[in-house]
Amino acid sequence: MARAISKRRTVIVTILAWTIGLLIFFPILWTVITSFKTEAEAIADPPSLFWFNWTLENYNVVNARSNYPLHFMNSVIISLGSTLIGLAIAVPAAWSMAFVPSKQTKNILMWMLSTKMLPSVGVLIPIYLISRNLGLLDSRIALVVILTLINLPIIVWMLYTYFKEIPIDILEAARMDGASLKSEILYILTPMALPGIASTMLLNIILAWNEAFWTLNLTAAKAAPLTAFIASYSSPEGLFYAKLSAASTMAIAPILIMGWFSQKQLVRGLTFGAVK
Amino acid sequence: MGQISLNQVTKSFGDVQVIPPLDLDINEGEFVVFVGPSGCGKSTLLRLIAGLEDTTSGVIKIDDTDATALPPAKRGLAMVFQSYALYPHMSVRKNIAFPLRMAGMDQAAQDAKINAAATALNLTDYLDRRPGQLSGGQRQRVAIGRAIVREPSAFLFDEPLSNLDAALRVGMRLEISELHKKLETTMIYVTHDQVEAMTMADKIVVLQAGVIEQVGSPLELYHKPRNKFVAGFIGSPKMNLIEGAEAEKHGAATIGIRPEHMTVSKSEGTWKGVVGVAEHLGSDTFIHVHETGLMDTMTLRITGDIEARHGDTIFLSPEMDKLHRFDAQGLRLV
Amino acid sequence: MSTQHSRSAARIMIAPATFLLLAWMLIPLCMTLYYSFRRYRLLTPDRQGWVGFRNYENFLTNPAFTSALINTLVLVLGVLIITVVLGILLAILLDQPFKGQGIVRILVIAPFFVMPTVSALVWKNMFMNPVNGLFAYAAKAVGLEPYDFLSQAPLMSIIGIVSWQWLPFATLILLTAIQSLDSEQMEAAEMDGASALNRFWFITLPHLSRAITVVILIQTIFLLSIFAEILVTTNGGPGTASTNLTYLVYAESLLNYDVGEGSAGGVVAIILANIVAIFLMRAIGKNLDA
Repeated sequence: MARAISKRRTVIVTILAWTIGLLIFFPILWTVITSFKTEAEAIADPPSLFWFNWTLENYNVVNARSNYPLHFMNSVIISLGSTLIGLAIAVPAAWSMAFVPSKQTKNILMWMLSTKMLPSVGVLIPIYLISRNLGLLDSRIALVVILTLINLPIIVWMLYTYFKEIPIDILEAARMDGASLKSEILYILTPMALPGIASTMLLNIILAWNEAFWTLNLTAAKAAPLTAFIASYSSPEGLFYAKLSAASTMAIAPILIMGWFSQKQLVRGLTFGAVK
Repeated sequence: MGQISLNQVTKSFGDVQVIPPLDLDINEGEFVVFVGPSGCGKSTLLRLIAGLEDTTSGVIKIDDTDATALPPAKRGLAMVFQSYALYPHMSVRKNIAFPLRMAGMDQAAQDAKINAAATALNLTDYLDRRPGQLSGGQRQRVAIGRAIVREPSAFLFDEPLSNLDAALRVGMRLEISELHKKLETTMIYVTHDQVEAMTMADKIVVLQAGVIEQVGSPLELYHKPRNKFVAGFIGSPKMNLIEGAEAEKHGAATIGIRPEHMTVSKSEGTWKGVVGVAEHLGSDTFIHVHETGLMDTMTLRITGDIEARHGDTIFLSPEMDKLHRFDAQGLRLV
Repeated sequence: MSTQHSRSAARIMIAPATFLLLAWMLIPLCMTLYYSFRRYRLLTPDRQGWVGFRNYENFLTNPAFTSALINTLVLVLGVLIITVVLGILLAILLDQPFKGQGIVRILVIAPFFVMPTVSALVWKNMFMNPVNGLFAYAAKAVGLEPYDFLSQAPLMSIIGIVSWQWLPFATLILLTAIQSLDSEQMEAAEMDGASALNRFWFITLPHLSRAITVVILIQTIFLLSIFAEILVTTNGGPGTASTNLTYLVYAESLLNYDVGEGSAGGVVAIILANIVAIFLMRAIGKNLDA
């Protein structure tokens, strides 16, 4: 084969891939850049890409508004809380299904998956009414509980596929060595599955952080995470582009970084192990 | 310590009974080998004794206490797995320490035991490595080390050598035998390799389809196989089994003669045949003989070297006192 | 491969997850069903009662329902076609060796991690705004009249935004699938004289078929319930031009305060989602034993 052409081909591929990559990334890049402009520069015509006076003013303003840190903390608490509670419930369940499989295991897994298919809007009213009657509208507790339940099937599934890769011999060896079930899970299974548990955690924090149905419908001012806070910017047209950009950048930066770290495991998690 | 008895033990998976009612007594300090073809239930039997699997019915007693319902951790046994089953995230030291840690032993006592085991097993230099950094033989030793520090009443080995290459296997075989002589603890060893069984065992248990075919010392099994299956399974090369008219002459349905129990001649003998392949091992020669009219291929084993070319006609004479006779059910005739 | 001990332990340990999910599924579902047959308006909560199928009648005969159903279909199909086709092309491109592969991969994946409200706002204000948006500047720069995307073509604009969000997902999964293709198979085909196009058609595409199925089905589940993007950009309008089923149910129940009709809409949404779900479960269930 004519491998001589491959050099030219590589150049073309490189240029094409970089162009498309930058194009796809551009809206994010533009948001980040705009966040460093003044409001006047943000809507200047023609817009400038780099040659403007870079300023951190917008970040100061956004941070100084007392409610921004609150919403940021709400996002952290809700996504971290729901993920940790979810893990605590899912690790034992996944252990059971991976290491003591029965005829029901497959059915239970599929059923858990099916709860994920329930469209949120179908149960919006009851959840709204229950939250209202319990006085949990606009509370972090309600959101932590709901996001835990929404993501529980994904957590169970991901852990299940990771646990399945651990040879049962090693757990049996631990049993022979006198380990109780608790020790077996704590000292053998968990450390061995740590990479899997970590990526499960990462993916679920991302999903919870970006969840934008329940967070929008069940919160107002107090418990609103960043998704709902950002949505409140939707009314004033074109007036606060720079501040909007700064707030957006802060809202997506942590998750963007986490997501880049977990991209490999993301595929497995999002396809319920169907594509690895 | 270390006496195990199985009384009418059975095991079924769903509707399939893999072990029909089975009785077996293992005495203190014995080296017992479960041997049989793959799928004969030998590993299942070991797992039943270990407690990793429930019995469907029957009683397992360890040192005269009923252990049938005890979880593995409470049976006081130690097991060495085929895959070694080392904890990959722990150093060798931590691996060996794990059972002691689970038993809640204090650190000083743990260290003393680990160091003793490491010295005995030549692992002292590797204590801080991870299992992933060790060779197959070293991993095997760690697995054994983890078993011996528990001072169990019996050791269970599940095909421990099958993941090692041939040369290492012979070495480890000796090491395990020596360990047994030194510790004088009961050992139960599962293998499909009859050579391992013959060389290591005090007592061999031959299993087929979950049924014990024979229990006895290696030489008992070699000289007095209870039936055709045991006769064919123990010994290498395999015993020649002859049916038909030749067997009837000896008043049996089948007669058996081991390859090493025949003499060979170029001119005269009881049976005549044509040389197929001759395998020269130096110390011995295996000759595969065709066209005997008795069976497809007869195997002959001769000490030393012999000139035998493909296509030569040779004569074979069995040593009559070493002829085995079996009835129509395959049982040994006395 | 287990004992009575481990089996009973397993049952205990699986119980919390099962119980919680069962409650999460059954309780709200039953309540939605219950309300869907009741008259219940949040503004006049005292006048409640059984109304039979009237809520369903009202919901299904509402002209907004038909347009919402069509909008939902157009939205789902449009995004699916765009993301799957571009995703395949992009995955093949990114599978080629080139300088900075890792970085480009990260750039391409990034939009997936942007929360829906942020991406909707950024597109709405900074790109599609007819006065200050980047597209408007671009149009003016080449002498064209700026186009008001969200009023003139609200649904198409939303399809664009959502496609940008989901293209990374499709690309990432298809890329993973392509990378699992045995390179010897490709070389064998090359030896057999298959052209690049033939190799794509007869080897790559069949190899990707399972991944494509998974992408389509999973995206469908998420796309059926697109909400934040609509809420932020158009509020379903103008009129009902960009209202999908999810948004309609939300509008009925929390904007018009009609719990009964909203619930009936919820039940309809559940039924439609289940039809899709059945196919998804089959596709995933098949791979469970492998």
